[in-house]
Amino acid sequence: MRSFQSMLNYFPEEVLEHVFDFLTSHRDRNAVSLVCKSWYTVERFSREKVFIGNCYAISPERLISRFPRVRSLTLKGKPHFADFNLVPHDWGGYVQPWIESMAKGGVNLEELRLKRMLVSDESLELLANFFPNFKSLVLVSCEGFTTDGLAAIASNCRFLRELDLQEIEVEDRRGQWLSCFPDSCTSLVSLNFACLKGEVNLASLERLVARCRNLRSLRVNHAVPIDALQRILMQAPQLVDLGTGSFGQDPDSDSYNKLETAMQQCTSITSLSGFLEVVTARCLPAVYPICRHLTSLNLSYAAGIYSDELVKLIRHCNKLERLLVLDTIGDKGLGVVASTCKELQELRVFPSDIHGGNAAVTEEGLVAISAGCPKLNSILYFCQQMTNAALIMVAKNCPNFIRFRLATLNPTIPDAVTMQPLDEGFGAIVKSCKGLKRLSVSGLLTDQLFLYIGIYAEQLEMLSIAFAGDSDKGMFYVLNGCKKLKKLEIRDSPFGDVALLEDMGKYETMRSLWMSSCEVTLGACKTLAQKMPRLNVEIINDSDQMEASDDDKQRVEKMYLYRTLVGPRKDAPDFVWTL
Amino acid sequence: MAKDNLGLETELTLALPGGGGDPSGSMEKKEKKRVFSEFSSDETTMAANKNEVVGWPPVCSYRRKNSFSVEEGTKMYVKVSMDGAPFLRKIDLSTREGYSCLLMDLEKLFGCYGIGEEDSSEYVPIYEDKDGDWMLVGDVPWQMFSRSCKRLRIMKRLDAKGIGLHAKDFHKGISIEA
Repeated sequence: MRSFQSMLNYFPEEVLEHVFDFLTSHRDRNAVSLVCKSWYTVERFSREKVFIGNCYAISPERLISRFPRVRSLTLKGKPHFADFNLVPHDWGGYVQPWIESMAKGGVNLEELRLKRMLVSDESLELLANFFPNFKSLVLVSCEGFTTDGLAAIASNCRFLRELDLQEIEVEDRRGQWLSCFPDSCTSLVSLNFACLKGEVNLASLERLVARCRNLRSLRVNHAVPIDALQRILMQAPQLVDLGTGSFGQDPDSDSYNKLETAMQQCTSITSLSGFLEVVTARCLPAVYPICRHLTSLNLSYAAGIYSDELVKLIRHCNKLERLLVLDTIGDKGLGVVASTCKELQELRVFPSDIHGGNAAVTEEGLVAISAGCPKLNSILYFCQQMTNAALIMVAKNCPNFIRFRLATLNPTIPDAVTMQPLDEGFGAIVKSCKGLKRLSVSGLLTDQLFLYIGIYAEQLEMLSIAFAGDSDKGMFYVLNGCKKLKKLEIRDSPFGDVALLEDMGKYETMRSLWMSSCEVTLGACKTLAQKMPRLNVEIINDSDQMEASDDDKQRVEKMYLYRTLVGPRKDAPDFVWTL
Repeated sequence: MAKDNLGLETELTLALPGGGGDPSGSMEKKEKKRVFSEFSSDETTMAANKNEVVGWPPVCSYRRKNSFSVEEGTKMYVKVSMDGAPFLRKIDLSTREGYSCLLMDLEKLFGCYGIGEEDSSEYVPIYEDKDGDWMLVGDVPWQMFSRSCKRLRIMKRLDAKGIGLHAKDFHKGISIEA
């Protein structure tokens, strides 16, 4: 062993670097950098992709000083519950300081992926003008910019390969941003503007598609009608991923035939989405020819496709691995999925009516899927009701879940048959699925479930709890038991100071903890902040509910804490107090 | 009429049911944890259904706005008044994409141009937010504005003399200073 060790020490750095090239996951690279000083050094100079799960855990300056050759950066900003309007818009998560530092630091940035960050037009302009090799921009659930910012990207990024916007409200400035791609731009591989509300110049789009011969992924928005889509498809038969836009006309037979012909040409499409405004289902059969090749189908924005048409479409898709639908599909429709899509790995069923109307799925649909799709490993399921028996059956059928998220439309609903809590059902899931990394629970739940989670969910990294539990013990079981826990988010549950302060060191092993409408008091948060200097404990006081008085006994409405190497952030707005 | 032990149960209060009359208010806070029929001030305007909680079901806000059937949609009609006009109009904020769109539509509604433009306009758009304060249109991101706007008023600039209004901010775009 000793001679082997000394052999390793004499490896020239180039060899080490070459070996490290094969390590693609950032966790592996992080692990490698901890081995010894020389490995740390080699690794940091050769790292090109950096993932930062919480933009406030580290500063841009420290990022650049440790990884000067970074080319690809992924940043996440607001906590997850910001998706559900629990975090004010101006809480933070600005990308501007990162872009400024990288510009100043001479970073050769090529790729930027942001989630829940605030991005301004100014940031986009800076990005477009200071990084000559910039190639890829992916923005998910971000906000703060307009189509002017997009115009800057289109105009100035000469080698742009990817522009991918997901679930973003972009203010439309009617400036024809798409027409800003110069004629010399031929490098696009992926263009996704499905979420944009404004108009685009169709002629510019068609010309852009025609000259980008490497285009693989195109998702257009509602403003692209069927005849334009058909012309685009004729120019791009090489597409692998298509977002159809509105698909919302009632075409005459000539247009329909042209569309069908265009679709038949696209033999490479394996991923399909869109159908944003399907008014009549007459055009749907035009996509049947490509259905049998599809591995991914997203109909979750297709409110206009009714259950029977949906089912007809899905019957053609026997290679599906990933399916996103609305609950209008119904339990029967899920039965069809179960018998057709034997390769299914991921299923997401979204509510079509947030008030819980007639169209909804129940435990029956879930059981059918679990029985028919043995490869299922990831599920997000919004349902009207659930039973322990169903969950136990699902756990038995599918022990391979990595992500299991269930949301009952009534958050505290008990077992629909026995009226008992759903502890046993979810307990069966965590017992059976030894590889479970992410879990969201709902329904009537007691501390018993959290005991099960603490005991069995050994690989669990992220847990979401709402309206659940009876006492501090519940939270304690989780914090004490789940050794790999990284993110815990809790709302409207009776967990308080005792649980919060039981094991303060635990929070340094996690990325973050969110607690809202729980029982923690200001005093306990202050204690935690004081004892743990490497945590930022933030109180969000957006409704002016709290006064900065001495009353440490007052309940805290929203608390978000996270580990950090750089102390309290300097950009917190007035309503965010860092204790 | 004697206030006897029946008093509390039948007395009309704003407290949640079953809470009793705990003066310190801490009882009330404890109840919040499991009663899902509470609603925040944001949702009161839209909560036709009693059983609504902020952020439940956990559907992200983009999806909430965009995936539900058209008939159902969360429309945000607000009244618009213009100084000097004999009657008010109504405008649906949920179908506007941003400030420039809104201002253009206001101009069309009242047949008056240049609302919100630099100095050249004789009018300035203001809105009443959910706290009851009158605010200048354009300071906050569009989403924040459309959620908190209760009504709009197109005010004569002369009435706003002395207040440092910078209407040109509307078209500048919202740049966040970090």
